Amino acid sequence: MLRKLIDLMTSLKLTIVCLAAGMALIFAGTLAQVHLGIHEAQQRYFQSFFVWWPPEGRGLQIPIFPGGHLLGAVLLINLIAAHAKRFRWTWRKLGIHLTHAGLIIMLAGGLFTDLFAVESHMRLGRGDTKNYSEDMRGTELAVIDTSDNDLDQVTAIPDTVLRHNRLIDHSSLPFRIVVRNFYQNSRLKMLGQAGEGARPIANQGPGAMIAVEPAPRATGVDERDVPSAAVEILPKDGGSLGTWLVSDALGAPQTFSCGGRTWMITLRPARYYKPYSVTLQKFTHEKYAGTEIPKNFASKVTLIDPEKSVNRDVLIYMNHPLRYRGETFYQAGFQKDDSATILQVVHNPSFIAPYVACIIVAAGLLVQFGFHLVGFSRQRRSAIA
Amino acid sequence: MKRFLPWIILVIAAGSIAANWLSPKTAKDEFDFAKFGRIPVLVGGRVKPLDTVGRNSLLIIHGKQELRLEGGGQLSAIQWLTDVLFNASVADQYPVFVVQNAEVLGLFGWEQSDRKYFSFAEFTPFLKQIDEQGAQSDKLEGVQRSAYQSAILNLRNGLALYQRLKNSIQPEGAENFAAELQSFESSVPGAAKAAREFEMGENFDKAKLNDVAQLVQRYERLSEMAYVLAVPPTNPPGSAIPATANSDWHSVGDSLLHSVGAGEIHPIVTEYAIISDAYRTNDRSLFNEHLNQMTNSFAEEQPNAAKRASFEFLFNFLQPFSQAMALYVLAFLLACASWLGWSQALRRSAFYLLLLALAIHTFGLVSRMYLQERPPVTNLYSSAIFIGWGAVIVALILERIFRDGIGAACAGAIGFVTLIIAHHLAGSGDTLEMLQAVLDTNIWLATHVVAITTGYSAMFLAGMLAIIYVVRGVFTRSLTKQTADSLARMTYGVVCFATLFSFVGTVLGGIWADQSWGRFWGWDPKENGAVLIVLWCAIILHARWGGFIRQRGLMIMALFGNVVTSFSWFGVNMLGVGLHSYGFMQKAFPWLVGFMVSQFALMCMAAMPLERWRSFRTASASARGVRPQISPAPSTG
Repeated sequence: MLRKLIDLMTSLKLTIVCLAAGMALIFAGTLAQVHLGIHEAQQRYFQSFFVWWPPEGRGLQIPIFPGGHLLGAVLLINLIAAHAKRFRWTWRKLGIHLTHAGLIIMLAGGLFTDLFAVESHMRLGRGDTKNYSEDMRGTELAVIDTSDNDLDQVTAIPDTVLRHNRLIDHSSLPFRIVVRNFYQNSRLKMLGQAGEGARPIANQGPGAMIAVEPAPRATGVDERDVPSAAVEILPKDGGSLGTWLVSDALGAPQTFSCGGRTWMITLRPARYYKPYSVTLQKFTHEKYAGTEIPKNFASKVTLIDPEKSVNRDVLIYMNHPLRYRGETFYQAGFQKDDSATILQVVHNPSFIAPYVACIIVAAGLLVQFGFHLVGFSRQRRSAIA
Repeated sequence: MKRFLPWIILVIAAGSIAANWLSPKTAKDEFDFAKFGRIPVLVGGRVKPLDTVGRNSLLIIHGKQELRLEGGGQLSAIQWLTDVLFNASVADQYPVFVVQNAEVLGLFGWEQSDRKYFSFAEFTPFLKQIDEQGAQSDKLEGVQRSAYQSAILNLRNGLALYQRLKNSIQPEGAENFAAELQSFESSVPGAAKAAREFEMGENFDKAKLNDVAQLVQRYERLSEMAYVLAVPPTNPPGSAIPATANSDWHSVGDSLLHSVGAGEIHPIVTEYAIISDAYRTNDRSLFNEHLNQMTNSFAEEQPNAAKRASFEFLFNFLQPFSQAMALYVLAFLLACASWLGWSQALRRSAFYLLLLALAIHTFGLVSRMYLQERPPVTNLYSSAIFIGWGAVIVALILERIFRDGIGAACAGAIGFVTLIIAHHLAGSGDTLEMLQAVLDTNIWLATHVVAITTGYSAMFLAGMLAIIYVVRGVFTRSLTKQTADSLARMTYGVVCFATLFSFVGTVLGGIWADQSWGRFWGWDPKENGAVLIVLWCAIILHARWGGFIRQRGLMIMALFGNVVTSFSWFGVNMLGVGLHSYGFMQKAFPWLVGFMVSQFALMCMAAMPLERWRSFRTASASARGVRPQISPAPSTG
């Protein structure tokens, strides 16, 4: 039994089957992007163990095809196992060993990136300073204690918790939070415009005059869900302060008092705080003369890091990111009227893996096919002679 | 005879091309359009000769680079453009706009007939309607538009371009532009004085101010409409280095507005005005004289721009890719014929023709690189040119090694087909367009893009070898064991080559993406297309090393490689999603599907039992049921 399993895991047939399944998966996943958008298709096809059918729905779901993670993992095991079993050092096999060692690094690096890389955005208007970047999809319910004049105490509750937990009880808060409704994507309308029968889901703050309609998930590359929720505040000493509507679509945080302190509450894109800050000095958007074709986007920022006593100006532009303290800032976009820049902030500890892997595999392929070519031309020469 | 045949064919081919290229000299008393076509202007962010502007505009509006008139006779692009720029009322009568959609014609109450070209004058009553209808379909994404909506939008864009062209050098309908400019120049100081007096609250000459104000309004309109930036930057006085920044070029209207402050009109504008008047009054010697002056002044003030524009004019005129295309077809036919008889002579003829074609192809490719100052591949058009070029070189190397006409046939076929594809991709206008910000990096264009397209070349070459294998094997008796074996070896070698380049290209693309978007891999359709090729190569190689496939299996897989590569090259662009999408190409879709279906058909044919192969039937009959020898897989080392 074990022997059979080992034979299977080290077989070349398994490699070919996995590669072919990979092709089918990538083909299907690419076509699916037309309707699902890149992000959703990526989640379903590539960053999953199985592709499920039907894709959504409460009832029975059947795995109909292995997903990207499963195929990648099997290939990786197959690759390592086959080489462990058959490895014989000869110079003639140098090319093959190099190629496959490079591939192992690449696959492992890809897996590592999938698990540990964090991508976020930093949107900066001219003169704005920020010491945090914002998640592109995830949101958080931020509860802020503003009673200290110098320091705000922020308690952030991620949307994954809001979605599944009805009752949130945190030791730093003198109250409990009950999530009454949670909408992954929604549209807000004033009650007057919402039509007959529309009711507010909150009774405090502006939410008392707003109706919330659920909306389908956003699929476009640049679109974002607008999550909304109704939360009730229950002081730990009993009673209820009422229900607030919190939403990404509502601008300013809402204020209430509890336990003798003033609190602010808001639902906002999840934040990643950094030990340094970035200030936008200037954003430039050049076009080719006489056309609307963009020539260059550039953000001139000031980087301030008291810990490392860094205070310098940096120019971030196309194909020239800023790498600082394990994070990389890229010029990703801009607001339509050029009034703000959008930087993409990526933390990817394994970003070096593909660089190394590429060199090793390319060298391996060159050696391998070089051997073929030399052998082949020798054959030809002896055949002609 | 046989010995000299290749040389005779080569000389005839080269001679006929040279005869094409010998430009007929312009007679002294004719308008010198060849010189006019070399005048540099700035359009689309790039300095180019007026000839290119004419050709690209006519291509967008008319679908062709020359214009056939109804009463017989033909206009070259530059002749047409000269009429549009200087003599709009005549140009308005030319049947240039293509409309084939019956619904669009119905919009104007016209019935569909044999006629598909219409003049601007015919559309004049419907301009507002066309603009509204076009604006509606402009709001939709390309994929969502119906045939009618695409057609009306095309018409609207063509009309808009045409109207902008008409107002590029002078206000449409100006009768005596040079005189108008002279009076403008002379009245500007008086008007400026009047304006000062007006501001000081003194008595001022209202008539003087009004005259100039009217003209200023006229030139403001002109500057808004202009498509061509015709006025080069002025060199700062005393500076030895000519001003070269593209952003310093201006339209005639702009330059005239500037001259209100400067007090004098740019000399190029004056020259244009004189040339324009001379053209309308049919004064050929005056036209040519001032054209000479303008040419000289560009050569002195803007030597770089003038040189480039002149070279691009030559490039347009030589049409290297069309010439190479004809040679490729001829070479392909000769190579195929060599399998039927007279083999050595015909094969060598094909080989020499291919060398000539490759030289011309290379000249075209290098000229484009010089003009654009970029690596060879910057858009889909240039990728087609480059894929053909790369495949021809590899195929010619194969031919040099194997000397059996197969490499030559592949070179001819792929060279021809890729150049045809390029020809059809050129319809959208300037193929040397400026690059979007993220592509503005020569290092990555030179490495990633070149490696990827070389990979495409090799995949198509392997597929072409497989097509020859199947067609010759099934339909003819010419596929001997020896030929079959060498085809298999070639295919295998080319797949190895493709694997190397596709892999390196794909990973370099990832690294570029890591540099510019912050992620190595984003599952973008174009990235997926590239990795599909790499995976397929890996499958072919492993299947062969593992002994799962032999000769025919390799050929079937190479044929499927054609399908995968064409999906990656064109198919993913048609999805209309992702960062690499270059616009939806509805027209190419049926062709792509047709190509894929043909490859599947060939694969089925290749999978037929050997008894049905004409080449193998005889072999198996003679060997009494012994299957034709198929070479074993080579060892992996």
